[in-house]
Amino acid sequence: MQTWSLVSICVLLGVVVRWGVSLNSYSGAQKPPMFGDYEAQRHWQEVTYNLPVQEWYFNNTDNDLNYWGLDYPPLTAYHSWICAYIAKIINPEWVELHRSRGYESPAHKLFMRTTVLVADVLIYIPAVVLYCLYLADGSSKKKVSTLFCFLLYPGLILIDHGHFQYNGVSLGFALWGVLALGLGWDALGSMAFSLALNYKQMELYHALPFFCYLLGKCVKDGLMGRGLFLLVRIAATVLATFALCWLPFLSDPSQALQVVRRIFPVGRGLFEDKVANTWCSLNTLIKIRSILSGDFQLYLSFALTILAVLPSSIRLLTKPTFWNFKLALVNSSLAFFLFSYQVHEKSILLVALPICLLLNDLPFTSAWFLQASTFSMLPLFLKDGLLVPYAVTSAAFLLLSICLLSVLDHCSEEEMELCTYKKLLFCHPKMDLACIVRWKFYISIAAMAGLSILSVALEPPRHLPDLFPVLVSTIAFLHFLGTFIHFNILQFSKLPSRKRQKKNN
Amino acid sequence: NMAVQSDVEPFLHFEVHRNWLAITHSLPVSSWYHENTSEWTLDYPPLFAWFEFGLSKVAQHFDKNMLLVENLNYASPETVMFQRLSVIFTDLVFIFAVRECSRCVQVQKVSRDILDQPSFVLSVLLLWNFGLFVVDHIHFQYNGFLFGFLLLSVAKHLQSEHLQGALLFSILLNLKHIYLYVAPAYGVYLLRDYCFTRDVKDGSIGWRSFSLLRLLVLGGIVVSVFTLSVGPFLVMGQLPQVLSRLFPFKRGLCHAYWAPNIWALYNILDKVLVVLGVRLKLLQEAELPRASMTGGLVQEFQHSVLPSISPATTLFCTLLSILPAVVSIWRRPRGARGFLRCLLLCALGSFMFGWHVHEKAVLLVILPLSILAVESREDAGIFLLLSTTGHYSLFPLLHTPAELLIKVCLMLMFTTFSFTALRRLHRGKGSLLRPLEVFYLLGLVAVAIACEVVFPLSPWKHRLPFLPLLVTSVYCSVGVCYSFLRLYLSLWRSDCKAKQGGVKS
Repeated sequence: MQTWSLVSICVLLGVVVRWGVSLNSYSGAQKPPMFGDYEAQRHWQEVTYNLPVQEWYFNNTDNDLNYWGLDYPPLTAYHSWICAYIAKIINPEWVELHRSRGYESPAHKLFMRTTVLVADVLIYIPAVVLYCLYLADGSSKKKVSTLFCFLLYPGLILIDHGHFQYNGVSLGFALWGVLALGLGWDALGSMAFSLALNYKQMELYHALPFFCYLLGKCVKDGLMGRGLFLLVRIAATVLATFALCWLPFLSDPSQALQVVRRIFPVGRGLFEDKVANTWCSLNTLIKIRSILSGDFQLYLSFALTILAVLPSSIRLLTKPTFWNFKLALVNSSLAFFLFSYQVHEKSILLVALPICLLLNDLPFTSAWFLQASTFSMLPLFLKDGLLVPYAVTSAAFLLLSICLLSVLDHCSEEEMELCTYKKLLFCHPKMDLACIVRWKFYISIAAMAGLSILSVALEPPRHLPDLFPVLVSTIAFLHFLGTFIHFNILQFSKLPSRKRQKKNN
Repeated sequence: NMAVQSDVEPFLHFEVHRNWLAITHSLPVSSWYHENTSEWTLDYPPLFAWFEFGLSKVAQHFDKNMLLVENLNYASPETVMFQRLSVIFTDLVFIFAVRECSRCVQVQKVSRDILDQPSFVLSVLLLWNFGLFVVDHIHFQYNGFLFGFLLLSVAKHLQSEHLQGALLFSILLNLKHIYLYVAPAYGVYLLRDYCFTRDVKDGSIGWRSFSLLRLLVLGGIVVSVFTLSVGPFLVMGQLPQVLSRLFPFKRGLCHAYWAPNIWALYNILDKVLVVLGVRLKLLQEAELPRASMTGGLVQEFQHSVLPSISPATTLFCTLLSILPAVVSIWRRPRGARGFLRCLLLCALGSFMFGWHVHEKAVLLVILPLSILAVESREDAGIFLLLSTTGHYSLFPLLHTPAELLIKVCLMLMFTTFSFTALRRLHRGKGSLLRPLEVFYLLGLVAVAIACEVVFPLSPWKHRLPFLPLLVTSVYCSVGVCYSFLRLYLSLWRSDCKAKQGGVKS
């Protein structure tokens, strides 16, 4: 069948699933006084439309920063402004200053959900389609299967169209950046990534690999010739993009400083809520939040993050290939997620995107991680009333990855680069590591499914009210740690020669 | 099958079935057909009532309150969940039937690509049928369950298991009496093909080969099923009451939204003649019966210029329309596929000329036609035209803005798949659709855009609210009538071929 008809069916299915999830509840639905992320986005539309630019990030009588103050970079603010402009045409009550606080209605929900879908369809989905068709190798059947699984990754759908956020925009821009770099258009790629950074500051998780890859490429081209020219071009593009985005705030240094202060709040603690990273998991054994001082926590997490990120970044700097770049994206974002300060569980999406890029090359590991990442956000979904969409999309993704990508057929030894493990762990050469890994997969899926059911069916004991969220985050943490180690090993291991020929570009 | 959990108000059919669960659970059998607390009285045959009784036994574990007859419009989340799950669960019958049908279709041995296999294409066309999905899972009915029986019975006939097919059809008739539409096809075919054991080459009836034993066995099966189902009510003397519930002729010729059959064209012709008559001063406007077109919710319909239609007239027209097909099967049975063609013509004839037909009944033609479509080029062309038109005529069933995107995307998905898959299956023999038909289908797109997008934003929305329904129904009836004629043509052509070849196809 023609590839384009299959691709259009994939895209339509992706849109249908997104819209189907949209019809469910959102974060903070009918929960005054603070509501949730949905109300935050609506409030930003109200603030950006009614107040002048200079007042967006400042605290005054019209703009109470304690009630969902703007804490994303300017591009989010401009996007909210555009949405507010359209909202005003349809129904001015939605963005009336002060009076529209906590506004909830079916028509408004439809509008907000439509804005997310439009952003996805315009920015994220085209990038995914182009990546799968042009940068993934394999037969067209394999490309379409990868596209299916990429588009139907449950985590992003549930957060963007369920909980309510605009991650599709920032991840989409980052994906355009990766796409451009893969096709050799470095300046365009850096511009796209700068746009992503200016939309959500969390994209800094991906910044180091971009930087190291481009710097490494310039160095390889020779710092006294083409390399320098490329470096200057990239630097100029990045600076120009930043300047364009921050233009209204550059007139006054205090403006720019206030924006920076809002987007990097260092007053909060090491972690908030239950998140599947090292600090939260460590906290269950040793209460580090209470033992160590606030400043020391900051320095400790900073140091460990740098340490975790260093190996892959240096490797990428010395060997700037596209394959290394993709691996470094995974390693860097995972390092930040595991060791950084004030990480939210939703930040796992920043790791999920680079993993999706590897669905074609490492289907088994990627699909396993993506499943675990969706599972790690289960407490959030339960709080938002998104149990049924979570169950259906996760089950569908599992089925799709097993049937379409045949992940279980791809867990042979060479494909998972297990030879390095054998050497490291001094295993008997005849031991079937692939079989062990497959069994670990089955047990992990069973554990995740079982814990999901238990979280819903049972009440936690009185003296351990957070039992299930803690269990979920601990299990997810173990998965993420394992993935982190595996991908670091992958980055340093030698590829078999036929793969090496394909990857070196 | 993913059920769409929407927060739109509970649907009509949802309450209907909840009421029936309550009636069968709480009341004794003798009052099932007398109960009328709710306006949605039991109007399906007794076997379906027993089916609801069985479901109610499971329902009591979900929410006991839904089983109280007084709880009109009761729709707790558990009730909704139970009802949706029951539809999904009973769809297993449909899935089994699809599997059986796929096994009856010839296997393509040349290509190894799964998309080239007629059985795969048939399975997808049946399982992902847009009309069935919309009617069963977004609206709410048990059509998947019922169509499962029909398709299973057809599959049994295709596999020459005539007794099993007859049994399944008798059960089906006692589950929903609308399948009486196709009973003539069954009756004539079984009589002709099964009871006369010897097949004479020139098509004349070998009277001596009549097997009384077979007739008795067949009759015995049918009678026993009917006895089991209607027997208890016959004994209690409630037969007239049951029949009056099953066949309410008090409703109008067309229901609120005109099904795209011949009477829609008849109605519009009447209206046009009225307007012309008034303009040309041939008719007095005051003398005409008050046309209640403005409400758009007509139940009774009085024609002004053309003669009014009575139920007897529609019955006569229906019988006249299916007579040629039935006679053709009697004179020259062309095996199970000839029977299938006759079944389709009976179903489509009844749809075209029946009394108070619902547009859902077009699925009775589209689903079995899929079997013929994957085997023959001409049938594929008719299928593409009829399925696209028939599915589009279901659009007014989903009229809220939230459902707009879902129905458009699902329809596009199904249409893209059916066009590309059938074109690929029948490639190399020219195009499947004639230019006129392609033009008609493109016109359908224009009508869709006009009705869904342009009309709600236009000033006529309040003055003529029925206009999109009218346009949809009239435009689709043209397509349906044309398909009816083409289907008859294909029957006549196969009749001629059989006459020439004297071979059972």
